[in-house]
Amino acid sequence: MRRVEDPPLLTGDTRFVDDLAPPGTLHACFVRSPYAAARIEGIDAAPARAVPGVEAVLTAGDIPGGLRAVLDRPEFTPTVMPLLAGDAVRHVGEPIAMVIADSRYSAEDGAEEVLVDYDPGPAVASLDRALAPGAPRVHDEMDDNLLLQVPMYDDPELDDILARAAALLEARFTTGRVTAAPMEGRASLARWDRRDSRLLVYVSTQVPHLVRTTVADVLQIPEHTVRVIAPDVGGGFGLKCVVGREEILVAAAALRLGRPVKWIEDRYENLAASWHGHEQRYDVRAAFDANGTLLAFDADISCDVGAYSCFPFSCGVEPLMAATEMPGPYRLAHYRARTRAVATNKVPIAPYRGVSRPQITFVMERVMDKAAARLGLDPVDIRRRNLIARDDFPYTGITGLVYDPASYRESLDLCAGHLGHDDWRARQEAARRDGRLVGLGFSCFSERTGYGTPAFAQRRMSITPGFESADIRMDPSGGVTVAVGTLGHGQGHRTTLAQVVSDELGVDPAHVRVVQGDTDATPYGWGTFASRSLVIGGGATKLAAGALAERLKRVAAHLLEVAVEDVELRDGRLQAAGAPEVSMSVAEVARVAHHAAHRLPPGEEAGLQARAGFDPPGTFSNATHGAVVEVSPATGEVRIHRYVVVEDCGVVINPMIVDGQVRGGVAQGIAAALYEQLLYDDEGQLLTATFMDYLVPTAAEIPPIEIHHLETPCEYSATGAKGMGEGGTIGAPAAIANAVSDAVGHLGIEVDAIPIHPAWMRARIEEARAR
Amino acid sequence: MKPARFEYHRASSSAEAIELLDTLGEDAKLIAGGQSLVPMMSFRLARPSALVDIGRIPGLDAISVVDGGLRIGALATHAAIESTSDPAVLDGFDVLPRTARFIGHLPIRTRGTLGGSLAHADPAAEWCVLALALDAEVVVAGPSETRIVAARDLFTGFLSTALEPNEMILEVRFPHRPTRCSFVEHSRRSGDFALVAASARLDLEAGICRTVRIALGGVGPTPVRAVEAEALLAGRAPSSELRADAARAAAAALDPVSDVHAPGEHRRRLAEVLVRTALHRATGAP
Repeated sequence: MRRVEDPPLLTGDTRFVDDLAPPGTLHACFVRSPYAAARIEGIDAAPARAVPGVEAVLTAGDIPGGLRAVLDRPEFTPTVMPLLAGDAVRHVGEPIAMVIADSRYSAEDGAEEVLVDYDPGPAVASLDRALAPGAPRVHDEMDDNLLLQVPMYDDPELDDILARAAALLEARFTTGRVTAAPMEGRASLARWDRRDSRLLVYVSTQVPHLVRTTVADVLQIPEHTVRVIAPDVGGGFGLKCVVGREEILVAAAALRLGRPVKWIEDRYENLAASWHGHEQRYDVRAAFDANGTLLAFDADISCDVGAYSCFPFSCGVEPLMAATEMPGPYRLAHYRARTRAVATNKVPIAPYRGVSRPQITFVMERVMDKAAARLGLDPVDIRRRNLIARDDFPYTGITGLVYDPASYRESLDLCAGHLGHDDWRARQEAARRDGRLVGLGFSCFSERTGYGTPAFAQRRMSITPGFESADIRMDPSGGVTVAVGTLGHGQGHRTTLAQVVSDELGVDPAHVRVVQGDTDATPYGWGTFASRSLVIGGGATKLAAGALAERLKRVAAHLLEVAVEDVELRDGRLQAAGAPEVSMSVAEVARVAHHAAHRLPPGEEAGLQARAGFDPPGTFSNATHGAVVEVSPATGEVRIHRYVVVEDCGVVINPMIVDGQVRGGVAQGIAAALYEQLLYDDEGQLLTATFMDYLVPTAAEIPPIEIHHLETPCEYSATGAKGMGEGGTIGAPAAIANAVSDAVGHLGIEVDAIPIHPAWMRARIEEARAR
Repeated sequence: MKPARFEYHRASSSAEAIELLDTLGEDAKLIAGGQSLVPMMSFRLARPSALVDIGRIPGLDAISVVDGGLRIGALATHAAIESTSDPAVLDGFDVLPRTARFIGHLPIRTRGTLGGSLAHADPAAEWCVLALALDAEVVVAGPSETRIVAARDLFTGFLSTALEPNEMILEVRFPHRPTRCSFVEHSRRSGDFALVAASARLDLEAGICRTVRIALGGVGPTPVRAVEAEALLAGRAPSSELRADAARAAAAALDPVSDVHAPGEHRRRLAEVLVRTALHRATGAP
């Protein structure tokens, strides 16, 4: 089935925040810090207020307060991210003042006239600098820059095993800072509705209810007076699953001024002042026996989390995820992990597609290839030896995660087969004889998805997301409306959830309307992130539709004068089992339920609605990615000749949407492996603040992606489906890094850091050839 | 990312445009396709007091062959040059449409102009490099005279040209039909500014290089000629070994700066690879 979202997207009949323009709308621009670390000695807004068109200039004195994410852990230090910086700035791009004017042009003119007296201090702009003894501190009140440091796992036997192992690998891996860069940046429009005494907030977000709660809490107004609407949202990838300062400020300004206030994030702000992620370093030791069995793993993890904790997930989101999920799809009996969140004078991190899984997969998959090389084993064989096997399920991992059935080995074998792994060495040798450097690399991973409240509770956030609810109702004509707390922002939920309802009620998906993204019209929910929506929101939808189906059957049984258990719901009709001539349409039942309620069975409520909630334990999708690449010795460039994905997300409800998620994810993973990196200089100045410098790949750089499916139905989800929104991004960096390492391994070059810069690669090849 | 305030004037003739420039002073800027100027204004890196829009001046976008040379009006778009089907142009000047393809993306090529690119003088711009290789002559009009500036005299520094603030480019002439000319470039992504671009022109007589032009972009503040490499090839047959020597000589003469995209040394090595490739293609080898 095709996506119902696409015709309006393709023809421009969409409604994004910037398409909304209530009369009298004012436009906001933020004065942002040019320094990474500075005291603010004073702010003079008077010249800005005199600029034509400027209506107001607001500073921390006008809108105090901030966002404070909390983890209930003694090892965690919370930070207050001020809405507007008052006495200090901690990263370039931090908002200091909000200029509100009759146009964005005038607002920018005004922003130039806000005079801020800075006293710049030393910046810490790298992990090394932040962790060095005596380093400047990002937060004065702290003794160091460790916002979180946890010895999460340990094992008394680990050191012995490492010492005695047939192969002990030690390596350092680093991954570059990247950002989601959605096509639509953040955007917000707020207005006070005097008639209803309500604050309306239109916002480009993944989490409308969370925005509502946060706006109400921070502005100290009753939550029922706030209505948050997410109209069309042009991508999020995690960047919009947190609540930012600007969204709150726009709401505060609208409340204060009594006029609609709009802020549309421009690309500079999006790159330099929204949210980043994935800048991590791993020092690992891994022990293998002579057969290639992984015996023990010791990981020391540092995440550069920027200046503040994002709300509500906190800066623990990456380090905790990394330590918990490090073993991935491999059996592991002995594990130690220390993990830390390191503050720097850089943009804070937020969840970005994959959240540490692209990095741990890069680490673990590079370790597997290194171990294979050390032990003279084939990379596929060593993986096969260590992957969780069919007979192991349910497998309880060393970190306590319970792995439900998946197809780890099967996906590897299929991927290896599609790429002709058996005769690869001969083909590689032949290419080398022609002077060509080609490589084949694999990446196996598990993707934990659809986890509910109990799993999130283990993170010990002050706010625990997880459940979902669905409200479903049938109108008198038999049309169905289902309202959900999840929010598709590009994924195609309106299509997929309509299919779920259609499957359950036997009605045409075209007669199912999915309502999302309006807190007045949907049950409280957690929005869309962490590959949760189809599992949890889809599960709630299926259960609600099932409850509605039961009501239809009860009514039909009464009207048809047959037993309820003999009524079947099929193809839009309710019919007696074995007697299809005794039947009525769903629409006829709906008509009775609304317009002839006196004919309903005794005790049956008038109308047709149902509600269900769902809060599952979580499920693992899995995949193997394989890539064939060629490295140019002349330019250092990497070309991807083939890219194969064999994925298993359980029951596939819409194949086109699943494939689209895989392709988009792989593109972002290739970006992190070969193109994108946010670079800061030693003073904390961002060097890559435009799309000319931050290299988001285009269609020309992304190769065709071959996708094959396996289907291990999920036992925990109502639909049998598993989440799969992040897998593409998770698997690709490791597959590319392994393929490139395979291409140049004979020259002694290994890729232990991404992105792989052509200049680095060319220089290493030249050095190797000069030896 | 909104420009600062500016006045806007639309000129209906080149004379009017020049008069406006002369009157408005040196903070006024011409705008044609706007593909470089508008982004710079949006970042407020450029803050012209006034724009003089020459985009609708008639008759300045012709592409024609006159007396064996090619003449292109300053307002001809990259896309118009790329898609020309005039056999007179394609016969001998086909390096122009081949080069146009490297410029940005299609929407940029649809609005950006040849004259605008030369006046902007980005050191990595394709037309600037090719203008050097083809010994282009730039017809420049000012309040009192119209003069011809040779391409080699046009580029005076980073984003700087020999044009006076009250002058505009009317036409670009490529006086010599090149025997063989190639253009190659290397960029991280399709459509990006080149890390390094190279063009080689070999006018051969009986297999001997009569005229040699090698031009490079992205390796310094202006596009440059690789005169050492040219000297190696002049008067000799461009053998594979000689081409490799010339490429090494071209690279050795460079000292590109480092930036976020590449260390200077990487650009220098790319220059060698690209000059070798450009020379190889200019010999007509496959």
